[in-house]
Amino acid sequence: MGSITLKQVRKAFGEVEVIPGVDLEINHGEFVVFVGPSGCGKSTLLRLIAGLEDVSSGSILIDGQDVTQAAPARRKLAMVFQSYALYPHMSVRKNIAFPLKMAGMPADEQARRVEHAAGILNLTDYLERRPGQLSGGQRQRVAIGRAIVREPVAFLFDEPLSNLDAALRVNMRVEISELHKKLATTMVYVTHDQVEAMTMADKIVVLRAGRVEQVGSPLDLYRKPANRFVAGFIGSPNMNFLEGEAAAGHGAHAIGVRPEHFQMSKTEGQLAGTVGVAEHLGSDTFLHVQLDGGTHVIARAAGEFPVSHGDRIWLTPQEGRIYRFDQQGLAI
Amino acid sequence: MATRHQKSLARLMVAPSVLLLLGWMIVPLSMTLWFSFQSYNLLSPGMEQFIGFTNYKYFLSDPAFWTAMANTLMIVGGVLAITVIGGVVLALLLDQPIMGQGIVRILMIAPFFIMPTVSALVWKNMFMNPVNGLFAWMAKAVGAQPIDFLAQYPLMSIILIVAWQWLPFATLILLTALQSLDSEQMEAAEMDGAGAWSKFTHLVLPHLSRAITVVILIETIFLLSVFAEILVTTNGGPGYASTNLTFLVYSQALLQYDVGGASAGGIVAVILANIVAIFLMRMIGKTLE
Amino acid sequence: MARRVSDRRRWTFTILAWLVALAIFFPILWTILTSFKSEADAIASPPKFLFFDWTTENYAEVQARSPYFRHFTNSVVISIGSTLLGLLIAIPAAWSMAFQPGKRTKDLLMWMLSTKMMPAAGVLIPMYLLFRSSGLLDTRFGITFVLMLINLPIIIWMLYTYFREIPSEILEAARMDGASLKNEIVHVLTPMAVPGIASTMLLNVILAWNEAFWTLNLTTSKAAPLTTFIASYSSPEGLFYAKLSAASTMAIAPILILGWFSQKQLVRGLTFGAVK
Repeated sequence: MGSITLKQVRKAFGEVEVIPGVDLEINHGEFVVFVGPSGCGKSTLLRLIAGLEDVSSGSILIDGQDVTQAAPARRKLAMVFQSYALYPHMSVRKNIAFPLKMAGMPADEQARRVEHAAGILNLTDYLERRPGQLSGGQRQRVAIGRAIVREPVAFLFDEPLSNLDAALRVNMRVEISELHKKLATTMVYVTHDQVEAMTMADKIVVLRAGRVEQVGSPLDLYRKPANRFVAGFIGSPNMNFLEGEAAAGHGAHAIGVRPEHFQMSKTEGQLAGTVGVAEHLGSDTFLHVQLDGGTHVIARAAGEFPVSHGDRIWLTPQEGRIYRFDQQGLAI
Repeated sequence: MATRHQKSLARLMVAPSVLLLLGWMIVPLSMTLWFSFQSYNLLSPGMEQFIGFTNYKYFLSDPAFWTAMANTLMIVGGVLAITVIGGVVLALLLDQPIMGQGIVRILMIAPFFIMPTVSALVWKNMFMNPVNGLFAWMAKAVGAQPIDFLAQYPLMSIILIVAWQWLPFATLILLTALQSLDSEQMEAAEMDGAGAWSKFTHLVLPHLSRAITVVILIETIFLLSVFAEILVTTNGGPGYASTNLTFLVYSQALLQYDVGGASAGGIVAVILANIVAIFLMRMIGKTLE
Repeated sequence: MARRVSDRRRWTFTILAWLVALAIFFPILWTILTSFKSEADAIASPPKFLFFDWTTENYAEVQARSPYFRHFTNSVVISIGSTLLGLLIAIPAAWSMAFQPGKRTKDLLMWMLSTKMMPAAGVLIPMYLLFRSSGLLDTRFGITFVLMLINLPIIIWMLYTYFREIPSEILEAARMDGASLKNEIVHVLTPMAVPGIASTMLLNVILAWNEAFWTLNLTTSKAAPLTTFIASYSSPEGLFYAKLSAASTMAIAPILILGWFSQKQLVRGLTFGAVK
């Protein structure tokens, strides 16, 4: 139930090949996140799974059944759009009931399911309102409610939190994760925000230019990135890369060190530099350092670390936390 | 996104309008072209003969034609001048903080919704009539001679009537464009020390230039075909003083029954309109993605 | 332009604007006032502005003596008829162009718009002759059909722009929710398109009502709408200004009222989107 398989799925828009060929396994109940920079094809891949776009070649299977030619309505999936895509002329109740109405469900059964979904999402007080009268977060929940009532085999989310403000985004992230625990249904989630990916996913699929760079659990990707792109994409702030002498010393074309893996000292260390901008958040300190060799790195210290612009600083990368990359950018 | 099945359905849905418009474009126009090469007079039907470009020769050597051409251009030019300049002024005025703005706007927009025959007759009888008209009364009140506008200045009178009808159109379009001007840009200019006139010439006018171009092009298309106002007031007279190309075609065909000659005139009108249309279509094309 | 405005500035502009507005509106106002005067008062010199004996006899006479009601009905039938006929043909076309655009859609749309720019003088003769020989001259059907043809480009264009504003994601959501094409159209697309269709109807009824070329040339009496009827009073017959004013007021009143509600539609429909 809820397993999705992509076999050599290719998508071209006219002459432009957006997805050259993807193989992917999504297991029942997994929370899978497609993540990558803009234009990497993650939304396209999601829409192929949904059936809103036709594949150029390859096949898509849901629970072992080939659905490549099936219309969206037949795939038993539900989708939550970035712009929520609520029906503006219908009340919240009618919005949520719409898929049930399309399925020809009897009215009392419809009402029961709508009430149930509204209860889960705290929408009971808003059932008679129109989308235009709701806030962004409430609209998002209505969109989710509309998806839940269908009891689909998998949920598809297309950057659902992008239109919300920062604080709301954090709350909704937690709500969606809790929803996943409660419903135990497969969820495929697209985002460009790697923080969302890391915090919500069981499995992350990193995409670039239509190709799968790496698939793995969040910590797998954090600890063992397959290449320089994944290493630099996962983790915030981004991993620092050093080439030249520093890299040669470790037998690689380039080495990477995450900001949190630097030991900072005002007196001694491996790499010397001058502090540029110092960001004191209280909980963390981020230093933008201009190393003497010319490279610019970011270093993080937990808690407070009193330095200011212009101070000299020494950074020492933790042993065992240095990533080595060859000339092609692959991890060594 | 569209499967093959959907594509043929889409074609089917567009077909009726395409066929109708295609027919509308081709059938009458080719008939006009055909007639223009014939000596066709409605008084002696069945005696048509192919005469090549004779009609065109006559038409283009007829002083009435050149008068009509000149009048057409003057009507278009005159109305454009009045409506564009007036439109900019009125748009600027309406953009100011005014009390009762809604009503002011309604009053200024009204003339566009009056049918041309009514507005022409109102102007003709109530204002321009040298005996009973209001203008006559105003002249007499200051001791001047009342002017018979329609007899002495027929073309100007037509221009005035048509301009009155189209001023709201220009105003509305320009006002819409004006209101899309970013107020922050104006504030930045003010911080940079720009006075009212500078702001107008450097910010407002360039922003409006596109809307003004649209107004000019669209009005021209419609103004080339001014008809009702002429029919109802001067009937093209005195002589041909207020006849434009459209009216000339009408009077030659339906009053003098010279279908052949009038058709040649019709083709000339089409050529003229096409020139303008090319520019307008280019402008519209830029806005369609 | 939001800023602190001095009261004096606001008053100056207000007075200026009101003066200009009243000057522009004056001919209409004068017509309405004259319609309530006796014929003698209508041509009185000095002209009487507000202080005369108001009477409604003109309205009564116009309706009694002339076939005014028939022409009014003709106007109604022709404007609404041509608009509805146009909608029937235009809605499928605009729908397909807006939601399933092909490579040629933009060109097709531009071509359709260009047909509106054909000068009437170029096709007057064949149309008149065709109508005469097929007995369509002075028939309601004939003129309705022609008015539909000349307004079709605008109807298609306006519907197209309104349909394009319907977010395609909402239609996709309906598809994901299991709606068949029919359901998608009936339950989601149509309710969202109704305001656009109503706006298009509004503008086109106005344009058809006021059309004064084909109505003047293709109708004479039986099917003549108000444009032709009023035009028939163009030769001076003296001492009838008040009645003419009454007839005119009745002819323009419906459209004046409709027009006041249709300003936005006017900009959208007649500038072909070149001005936002």
